[in-house]
Amino acid sequence: MNGSPPAPVDRWLSIDRDGAVHVFVGKVDLGTGIRTALAQIVADELDVPLDAVHVVEGQTGITPDQGRTVGSQSLQSGAPPLRAAAATARKILLERAAKQLGVGVERLVTRDGVVSVAGDEATQIAYGALAEGGFGREVDAEVPLRSAATYRWVGTSVPRVDLPDKVRGAFALVHDIALPAMWHARLVRPPAVGARLVEVDATSIAGFPDVRIVREGDFLAVAARDQWRTLEAARTLVTRWSGGGLPDQSEVYERLRGEASTEAVTRDDGALDAAFAKTKAHEATYRWPFQSHGSLGPPCAVADVRTDGATIWCASQGVYLLRARLAELLALPEDAISVVYEEGSGCFGDNGTDEAAIEAARISCALGAPVRLQWTLAEQLGWDPKGPAMLSTLRGALRAGRIVGWEHAVWTPPHFRLHGAVPAPRADAVAGDRNATVDYAIGAQRVVVHIAPHAALQQSALRSLGAAHNVFANESFFDELAFDAGADPLRFRLDHLDDSRARAVLERVAELAVWRGGEPYTDGPLLCGRGIAFARYDGHGAYVAAITSCAVDTASGRIDVREIAIAHDCGLIVNPDGLRNQIEGNAIQATSRALLEEVHFDRERVTSTDWSRYPILRFPDAPTVRISLIDRPEQPALGAGEPTTIVIAPAIANAVFAATGVRLREVPFSAARYLAERGELRNVTISSMRPSDRVRSN
Amino acid sequence: MSAHDASADSAIDTVVLVVNGERRTVDVDDPRMPLVFVLRDRLGLRGTKLSCGCGECGACAVLVDGVEERACMLAIGDLDGSTVTTIEGIGDGGTLHPVQVALLAEQASQCGYCLPGIVVAASALLARDPDPSETTIATTLAGHLCRCGTYGRVVRALRRAAVATKGRAT
Ligand code: FES
Ligand code: FES
Repeated sequence: MNGSPPAPVDRWLSIDRDGAVHVFVGKVDLGTGIRTALAQIVADELDVPLDAVHVVEGQTGITPDQGRTVGSQSLQSGAPPLRAAAATARKILLERAAKQLGVGVERLVTRDGVVSVAGDEATQIAYGALAEGGFGREVDAEVPLRSAATYRWVGTSVPRVDLPDKVRGAFALVHDIALPAMWHARLVRPPAVGARLVEVDATSIAGFPDVRIVREGDFLAVAARDQWRTLEAARTLVTRWSGGGLPDQSEVYERLRGEASTEAVTRDDGALDAAFAKTKAHEATYRWPFQSHGSLGPPCAVADVRTDGATIWCASQGVYLLRARLAELLALPEDAISVVYEEGSGCFGDNGTDEAAIEAARISCALGAPVRLQWTLAEQLGWDPKGPAMLSTLRGALRAGRIVGWEHAVWTPPHFRLHGAVPAPRADAVAGDRNATVDYAIGAQRVVVHIAPHAALQQSALRSLGAAHNVFANESFFDELAFDAGADPLRFRLDHLDDSRARAVLERVAELAVWRGGEPYTDGPLLCGRGIAFARYDGHGAYVAAITSCAVDTASGRIDVREIAIAHDCGLIVNPDGLRNQIEGNAIQATSRALLEEVHFDRERVTSTDWSRYPILRFPDAPTVRISLIDRPEQPALGAGEPTTIVIAPAIANAVFAATGVRLREVPFSAARYLAERGELRNVTISSMRPSDRVRSN
Repeated sequence: MSAHDASADSAIDTVVLVVNGERRTVDVDDPRMPLVFVLRDRLGLRGTKLSCGCGECGACAVLVDGVEERACMLAIGDLDGSTVTTIEGIGDGGTLHPVQVALLAEQASQCGYCLPGIVVAASALLARDPDPSETTIATTLAGHLCRCGTYGRVVRALRRAAVATKGRAT
């Protein structure tokens, strides 16, 4: 799904007479700057000026189907087919030029969209003239690619193409599309998850002029001529619902354990029992809560559904999959539907955007008119699919300062849902197992993934999926074993690593942060410490190591993450500053998730529905992020962004332990949790904590 | 809304605003309608963004009579005669405001949903304090959320803007 079958070059790009290059890509820019990076790659492979390249993203019927834009994979899997198409195009242009100029191809050179004869630059033809009529050939998957030495754009920090308009407020996001005669709609949500709609009292909004109600079973929406009136009408409408509800939040982790119905052993080196038989095992349990995507701009879509066709503008991560779903729903042939990607607010996974598009289409179909639908923030925080809660128990055995046995048992639901449907349980729990295995050289390792078919709250993909929890568990536990072994956490990691790229990021981050063994220090009354964590994303992605510096106010329990140092190796770097921007953003968001974020719910619905009840990190609390990039131009470009997310929580937990001796094994690291773990506030009840898990606090 | 609206509470009134230096008359059928909807849906100024709708995130920030306000919290009925500056009115015609120049120089954004509010707030900050410290910048912008995590870059950009402005003034 990530690559693409051979396709005509013309499906990927076209060159106008004036030399303008139009590139059609199936991957979309989710606010991450990928549009700029892909343009850099094409400009170098074609050998044209960067500003000649115009990227068209995610539009059914126009751009190729490259699957969904997920997992920070756009450069890793999305760029290679595009690069092959550009290289094939350049080859065709050179062949045509050779014919027209009557010289051998080997005598020709290219520069800035012009082919000329080497040593006789006056004899030249521009790409625009050569490309007339298109390319008319398949992409040659074996075409030789240009070497990194010829790159002019790749590897440089060219500014993002979208920001000049964004700073002026002139960049139209999907939220800013307005069609003539458009209705503004929104859903009326039930008071409890899964409740059935019994009655709608239309007279309750009779005072609102020009308002429509759309009801199909339990699907209920109102629409009006402007957004404000729609919100007011939805607030005012009197409805009656029955049933529905949620399980008790305090039982989330027990239910996850109890409901796991499939078990997959994803790694088993054998000899584990022998390792544990000889040594007393250290054991600990780690928990990660439900978290929200928390996009600043809630999901939004505009739909214009007519009897013979439909156009939907939305920020979908997968326009073709969405089109297939819409075709089913609207009973229209797929090619009568156009799904057009329009950039939204950063989504960080499946934040409900496709749902909003489907809702807008249903309402537009019912009204027979164009409809704009924007979720409220409360809808987004309350009803978007959540990154699910996870639980892990780790066991480890040490001998002579080395880990000889390591077992990780993780409980997870699938981390994916497509248009409401959860895939059947499968061995990897759809990335619930991501990074459950450690990349350390350990005597014997066993990883068991227990998969629950569903979660207490509707769940889907949230940035890094299962890896955030799994690396939190692994890298915290690794530190616990280092402590037991009396070893420097950095040394202990290096002692268990053979891979030179893994060692390099650890050594680099230690240098950047001036690591001195992780000893505690003080700042006035605050206890300070530093923690380290390392991971290779998904076992075959980018290498990242982080060191955080944290200060703990032991009286209040408040944890302040002051600085994060990161060393990062994702192979070839396309745009260093763009990469830094992504690393920094992930580091800050991951700090927020580690310190503050947990979705709360009562027996009816989610209650963390605004920024006070689902707080995220704000300006004054953002750590300083320092980054060292390791560029490997000879290596393939690996996805970046998410790899940084996964090392932050454990690096913070390890810093808090270094500073105070308190081991935090459950996210978020709130002040109350710190104090409870320290055992000072014996009366604080944190529902999901059990003393048995605190094998070694203090 | 159109004149045939008959309900009792939708009597048409007009409110006069000066928006980005231009006099605009707005028909008001509901005086409680927040300014953000007037700007976006009535005046077509969609640079101002709506997020929380309850004053907690800063995405909708505008200047009202020179002071930073949350456009989602201001009822249009209370604004007659006010001067409003939105993101579209920051900078001088085609010229970018120093804050915008600095944000570009630092590439201080990702999705940009938070950006209009931050630009508006930052321009007001520099107008009253041309040389704010990093701490002042961070506390002043504490009411502006960015989910993409661009805080560090924004603070660096505003320091850059302060230095650049000072350089020009001396
Ligand atoms: S939308 Fe106005 S403060 Fe959030
Ligand atoms: S750049 Fe996306 S919310 Fe700030």
